[in-house]
Parts: sequence; structure tokens; C-alpha cells
Amino acid sequence: MPDATELELIAQEVRARHGDDVVVGTTYYREQATLEVKPEAVRDVIAGLRERYPLLMSVHGCDYLPEEPRFGVHYQLLNMRNPDRLCVKTRVGLENCEVPSIVGIHPGANHQEREVYDMFGVVFKGHPDLRRILMPEDYEGHPQRRDFPMGGEPVLFTHNEHQMPRWYD
Amino acid sequence: MTDRPLDIPYREREKSVTMERLERPDLPIEGTTVPQDTELFTINLGPHHPATHGVLRLLCTIEGEVVRDLVPLVGYVHTGIEKSCEKQSYWKVIPFVERMDYLSYYFNMGAYCMTVERLLDIEVPRRAEYLRVIHWELNRISSHLFWLATSMLDVGAITMLWWGCRERDYVLDLFEMSSGQRMHTRYFQIGGVVEDIPPGFDRKVRDFLALLRTRLDQYEALLDKNEIFLQRMKNTGIVSEERLLELGVTGPLLRATGNPWDLRKAMPYSAYADFDFKIPVGKVGDNYDRYRVRMEEMRQSAAIVEQALDGLPEGPWITNNRKVALPPRHELATSMEALIHHFKLVTEGMRVPPGEAYVAIESPRGELGCFVVSDGSSKPARVHMRDPSFVNLQALRDMAVGGLIADLIVAIAMLDPILGGIDR
Repeated sequence: MPDATELELIAQEVRARHGDDVVVGTTYYREQATLEVKPEAVRDVIAGLRERYPLLMSVHGCDYLPEEPRFGVHYQLLNMRNPDRLCVKTRVGLENCEVPSIVGIHPGANHQEREVYDMFGVVFKGHPDLRRILMPEDYEGHPQRRDFPMGGEPVLFTHNEHQMPRWYD
Repeated sequence: MTDRPLDIPYREREKSVTMERLERPDLPIEGTTVPQDTELFTINLGPHHPATHGVLRLLCTIEGEVVRDLVPLVGYVHTGIEKSCEKQSYWKVIPFVERMDYLSYYFNMGAYCMTVERLLDIEVPRRAEYLRVIHWELNRISSHLFWLATSMLDVGAITMLWWGCRERDYVLDLFEMSSGQRMHTRYFQIGGVVEDIPPGFDRKVRDFLALLRTRLDQYEALLDKNEIFLQRMKNTGIVSEERLLELGVTGPLLRATGNPWDLRKAMPYSAYADFDFKIPVGKVGDNYDRYRVRMEEMRQSAAIVEQALDGLPEGPWITNNRKVALPPRHELATSMEALIHHFKLVTEGMRVPPGEAYVAIESPRGELGCFVVSDGSSKPARVHMRDPSFVNLQALRDMAVGGLIADLIVAIAMLDPILGGIDR
């Protein structure tokens, strides 16, 4: 894990390479280093960090309601040679809910970006195949959003399937 | 009730199926130089197919018997576990996450508990760490045994199904002994484990490990000299190390290519730094290497369990932080404070300081990461599992394209996907 000082150095490096306003902030919390960047710069920053962190392990989405900007997308980067992790994070609001896709750099992000899109509705620009992955194709809404109600969904039987939204179209 | 429009073509109803590439036969298949012609056709393998190890649907484009393209379609057992977790207090989430990857439940709850412990910044007693390692490794053995049983069934070695399940049952007996449950034991708690191991557990585990070693030799005698088995396994489904790393694949799949990446060694967590064990690696990265790596991993796990039993420290098995762990039963009768803590924990649950944490451990299938966001209340704001099967599944196309359908079945078996973990 990079310590707090090293995280600042990484942030400096990113600022020098991509411009001063790219880095929104750095957090070092419970031995975890997080670099928050602007959504439009995510792809470039992760590409720039490839030397240091060549692997992408995970992409998480989360909803910070009622905070603004509302959604967070986290990328867990890993270096296998000197075992080390860095979390790159970005926040997008409900309006203009777009993040550039990093599938071009890390093909392994494909499924997980689709999952974040499915669950939160964050659109990954440039993703080769941005479809729902876990929910049905005709599902309406993004279920992991905090304001998406739990339960109350009618169970599908043969007698009521005709009333279900867009079931047969 | 509306009229059902039956005249809509099937292809339009099935929107996930992209037929574009088949409608443009002049284009080569994506990622290959194979020209498309009328010989190609698309079939569904699954979702209900015994060889897909769950409800995995594979859309295969085949040319004769050769797989030319493959798209995995998942989501058939999506149950919204992550959403359900947001409505539970922290300690009630444990049984939920256990049911994600239903063959490695100790790993799921272990990853979750470690993440919450990281957020709470509490220390877990040494004895609890050792007990966790013992159960993790027994779980790894049982998971690999079930993998061996079912995947050898796919290859045609039907005897292995009964042999593998027979030995796995011994492990489930051990789990029943320590926690009362055979699967989904809820044995790990935030701050330690729920109970100490009962008397006699030690001896039973050692008996099992001795038995396991002879059994593993028997399995290998059955499989490793079988010409049909070797022909189906050797030099099939090869994927290079670079490609696997690009796809984020970890676990036995990656180790089979010769990369010794194992979080237990690389970034030791819990008590793994105390034990002496080796990381088995393969050479070629074919299906046979994947099989060999897992077989050897079981022997190494057995060695770790034995060392953990030998060095099991005395002491408490759960933290004495009363804001996190329930007070011992006998204190409730005498101490008002204990009663209040008990009441607060059972009714409201613990409050976790706001923050985010990601903790990754080595599950039988690769890196199992848990990401928890806390907003300061007694319920998590977000629980996300980076399930290894979900990420590893992306390698299936590389493993299968260019091979026969029969090799595809072996590739699925050696990938060892657990659909409960993929869909959550």
C-alpha cells in the first residue's frame, strides 16, 4: 500500500501529466490510498498509471445519496511485482452521468463496467458492448440506487405476465 | 390484458442476441481472421445444462464442431443480495454474503468481516485468526473436492463424482462439529469467530487430513494414467499469462500459467505469514496444469491446517470490544453494562465510522474482494463483492475459441465458475 506521502507524490505526478485540475482530492484511510479524479479524466489517469499499477482488479459502483455528485465509481489498481494497491475514484452526478470506459486499457473491466451500468445507470462512454448484465434486458430502473425501493415487485406468473412492463415486446 | 403480439420475430424478442455479425458474412469474426460463411451457426449452451455448473448460458457460434465465437450470458440467478445487504445491520449481512459463492462461504464471510474490521479498526485475537485459517483451508479443500467431482464428471470420469463428494462430506462433518451447520455456517463474526472449536475437533481434523492425503493419491492414480483423460486435458484451452492478466484473472487459472500470484503469500493477511507452504504453479497454462495446480493446492492446504492446529494459540476467540461483539452469556446475569451492550447490539447493531474499504483475500477461485461503504449508521451503505468467478468468466472465450465443443466443456469445468457468485 502506498503511504500518505507516496499517495501525494502519485497525485503530484498525475497533476503534472494531465493538468492541475484533474485531481479532485486524495484520501488515506485505514491503510487504503484513494485518488479522486475528475470523471472525464479517468481513462487518461489510469492509462498514465499503468507503469506503476499495470493491473485492474475490480470496478465498484456506489451511490452516495444524498451527497452530490451522487455516484461513485472506484477502480482498484494492483501492482504484482511489488505488491501494492491504489484505488482511483471518480464521482458523477445524476445529470451527465458519464464516465469514459477503460475497456480499451484493461479488457477485464468489461463485465464490471456493465455491472455498474446495470446497477447504477452510470454510462461508460466507449464501452464496446454496454448492455445490462445481471438484470433482464427489459428491466426498468437501476436497482442498486439508494432511492430504488426494495420489494414491491410483482412476481411473474403465467396469469399476470401480460400485465408486466414490456414483457413481450 | 393486452393481445400478445406473436408475429414479432424471435430474434427481436431476444435482444441480448446480437446477430449483426452473422448478417454481414463478408466481415471476419470479431477478434479472429476466420471468414464468416453459411457454415457457421449459433447455438445456445445452457442455461439449463449440467455441464455449465449452474445456470450459465453460452451463446456459441460454431463451425461444424469447432467453436468460433462465444458470448457468456449471466444473470439467471441474480437475487439482489448486495441490495438486501443495505437493509441489514452489519452483523446480519454475514449470512447474506455467505450465499453468494455457495461453495466458498467461509471466504465470503471472511472477506466481509475483514472489511468491516478494517473500517472499525479493531484487532482480531490470534486464536480467532488461526481458527479462521483452519476453516478457510478446510473450505478450500472442500471446494476443490467438489470442483474435482463435478468437473471430472464432465470429462467422463463418473467415479470421481462419488469419490469427491464422499470426501467433501467429511469436511462438511467438521464444519457441523465446529459451528452446527454443514454449509453457510455463519461461523465468522466481526471481531473473531462465533465459538471456540469443540473438544475432539483437533483429532477429527487430523484424521481427515491423513485420509485426504491417501485419497488424493488414489484420485491421481485413477485420473493421471487415464489416456482419455490426458488427451482431453493436455494442450487444450491454453491462454497466455499476459492475456489472463489483462482480463484480471486470478487464482488457479493464473497460477497454471506459471505466475505464482497468491494473496496468501504476496500480501499476507490474517495469520498466513506464520505458516510454511508452497504455491503450486503450472508451466503451459492448459487444462491439465489447472487440474494439477488445484490438486497440489489441496495438499498445501492440508499442510497449513496441520501447522495451524499445532500452533493454535490459547486465548479469546473474539474481540472483547463490547461495542462490536456480544458479551459472554454469564456476564448478562451480573452486569448491567453487559446487558445494555447486548441489547444495543441485538436491536440496533454496531455503528461503523464513515469510510470506504476494500479487502481482498485468496478464495479457491482467485481474488475475492469485498468493498464496503459506511455512512456512519448501523447499516452498510454499499456492500460489493468482487467475485473471482465473475471476472474469470471473461477468459472463457479465449479458452474455448478455436477448440472443439468437447474442449469447451472441459474449459468451463477448469474455469470452475460458481454462478451464485457471478450473479449474486
